[in-house]
Amino acid sequence: MSAAHEGTFGEEATVKTLTLGKAINEGLRRSLEHDPKVMLMGEDIGALGGVFRVTDGLQKDFGEDRVVDSPLAESGIVGTAIGLALRGYRTVCEIQFDGFIFPAYDQITTQLAKLHNRSKGRLNLPVVIRVPFGGGIGAVEHHSESPEALFAHTAGLRVVSPSTPQDAYTMIREAIASPDPVLFFEPKARYWDKGEVDLSLGAPVGGAASDGAASGSTVSDDGSAVASSAAGSTLGTARVVRPGTDLTLVTYGPAVHVSLKAAETAAAEGRSVEVIDLRSISPLDTATVTASVRRTGRCVVVHEAPTFLGSGAEVAARVTEECFYSLEAPVLRVGGFHTPYPVAKIEHDYLPSVDRILDAVDRAFTY
Amino acid sequence: MNQQDAPADVDPDLVQLLTPEGVRVSDEAVAPYAARVAHLDAAALRELYHDMVLVRRFDTESTSLQRQGELGLFPQCLGQEAAQVGSGRALAPQDYVFPSYREHGVAFTRGLDLAEILLQFRGVDHGGWDTEKHNFHLYTLVIGSHTLHATGYGMGLQRDGLVGTGDPERDTAVVAYFGDGATSQGDVNEALVFAATTNAPVVFFCQNNQWAISEPTTRQSRVPLFHRGRGFGIPSVRVDGNDVLASYAVMDEALERARSGGGPTFVEAYTYRMGAHTTSDDPTRYRSRSEEEHWRRRDPIDRLAALLRAEGAWDDAWAADVEAEADGLGEHLRTYVRAIEAPPASSMFDHVYASEHGTVSAERAWHAEYEASFDVDAAAQGGAR
Repeated sequence: MSAAHEGTFGEEATVKTLTLGKAINEGLRRSLEHDPKVMLMGEDIGALGGVFRVTDGLQKDFGEDRVVDSPLAESGIVGTAIGLALRGYRTVCEIQFDGFIFPAYDQITTQLAKLHNRSKGRLNLPVVIRVPFGGGIGAVEHHSESPEALFAHTAGLRVVSPSTPQDAYTMIREAIASPDPVLFFEPKARYWDKGEVDLSLGAPVGGAASDGAASGSTVSDDGSAVASSAAGSTLGTARVVRPGTDLTLVTYGPAVHVSLKAAETAAAEGRSVEVIDLRSISPLDTATVTASVRRTGRCVVVHEAPTFLGSGAEVAARVTEECFYSLEAPVLRVGGFHTPYPVAKIEHDYLPSVDRILDAVDRAFTY
Repeated sequence: MNQQDAPADVDPDLVQLLTPEGVRVSDEAVAPYAARVAHLDAAALRELYHDMVLVRRFDTESTSLQRQGELGLFPQCLGQEAAQVGSGRALAPQDYVFPSYREHGVAFTRGLDLAEILLQFRGVDHGGWDTEKHNFHLYTLVIGSHTLHATGYGMGLQRDGLVGTGDPERDTAVVAYFGDGATSQGDVNEALVFAATTNAPVVFFCQNNQWAISEPTTRQSRVPLFHRGRGFGIPSVRVDGNDVLASYAVMDEALERARSGGGPTFVEAYTYRMGAHTTSDDPTRYRSRSEEEHWRRRDPIDRLAALLRAEGAWDDAWAADVEAEADGLGEHLRTYVRAIEAPPASSMFDHVYASEHGTVSAERAWHAEYEASFDVDAAAQGGAR
């Protein structure tokens, strides 16, 4: 295990420009290097490198025993990862697309989430489940969904989603290091976004650095992805990605990108909109959100998932409860509708757009 | 009669070393299995009898405790003692077991204090024992889910270099115990796929006790269950699960294959759930008295007792000692169970996550404050609540 503790602090602080997908690849690579117990398992992740190439080259470098092309069975992937965890392995499972996770839903929610509790803390389940999620790529059914709330509703799971290459790199390393199971939702439409990535960030595998505490977070409001994660633990903490004074946009995953564009447009119209990237749905960093809303007095939550009983409903409830006397308007939500994810030709009418976000912003100012 | 037209006793595929009358089978076809129990002398046979008697006492005592309201529910393994004790006694200490929820007999062979099993049925624990102390995983209540955990565990053993080394102290197998109903579950089928394609050292030990609550095995399969394993390319065998020697021998062979790197085995232990599914069940609604009577004549404990008597290994004083030990177990169970109090309500917030989670911490703090508010009221009323 000594190798597991040598890595991070001895690494050079190299900054590279990477796509979000490549940043995850780099995070997986470093975790595989630093802990021989780390494994990857999924469909087509070996020679092909995954349908999105996120695991490109890893089987070649780490072998078929550590980067495993699994049978085509999602419950089997998660169920065997649980068994491997009981032998001390930290398996990163890849679910090929969001809509394909449901065969594994039982293993995730009734076994993976609960075994630590069932064993009264004797057994740890450090399993990461990577899920490319979200829409906007013109795909067929089951390839564009946002099921994160279904998992966040289950105690025992951590549910996170990065929106930048830096966070993708840092958070995948922290997710692997976490002693708890982590659902890692990757915004597939943003896989090709480029950004600077400081490869020295991220917890060492096997360490306890990523305790994901929601309170006392290290979130800064400087809007810089690199600087804000410099303190180490990003897992479970939100981040102010654009400071503002008039309204708080709370978002995560693929919706961060469109929310930032909306904030830019709003600025041109004279409204200063603060944008918070939650990065984590469970736990929810309520402190960062409420601190912002107490200053701005207005809050709009944006996500691709349906708004009905979605993560935004939880944010709205908590903001209402904790910031009631600061609010100038009710908390509003922008997101998907209570319909099956629509066909590709009309998906942009379903997804949160700059216009729909600005419409909500305008409504928040009518109260 | 049950749906299985051919009585188990005349099934040519059935591995049987003891007839229901307790006579050793000298058929050449089972000679390789007979060789695997040849080393079991009179003392070893008495030990197997002892185990089965104690396991049965555990069943009857636990059922009584449920009837007295001390347990919320209890699933008996009545009638399956031979399948469980025989297979369990073939395990090596380093082997690892993933039980379903009726494997009290296997638990006994792994050295558990059986009283710990009752914690979950008393409603004070979701698990109950230290899995690593006995290499015996917690009971899994969702049917078949644990067969995948067993397979993953086996994949871990392969990576740890604990398979096929030739060192009997080192080579390790993993066993998944499940029932006839579980064979219909997707997870069991996925586990068979994963184990077959990875050659994982897993024994799939299916106790076909003929009933999945009220559903007979014809609701699960149109072929004998052990044929299922063959479809996955896994060596599969049907054994008389009421025959403790055959259960031992078949398991011994399967474990040897797994440990040596020969891959998985599917065992169908053909047995009968003599009791109800659980204390909440009523088998009179779905099965006949005559069927129960048919199986009562195949009682696994009577069968071994007959052999012991026939071979001069029975000793009345020893048998009385076994009964006395069973009485002692009963006393231990009653005392242990009745003394267990409910855990504090705040314990529900323990071990939800291995690392801190803001929501749980906040709710724990709220709950503590809420509870404390009653203490303030109590104090205001002079402490009388």
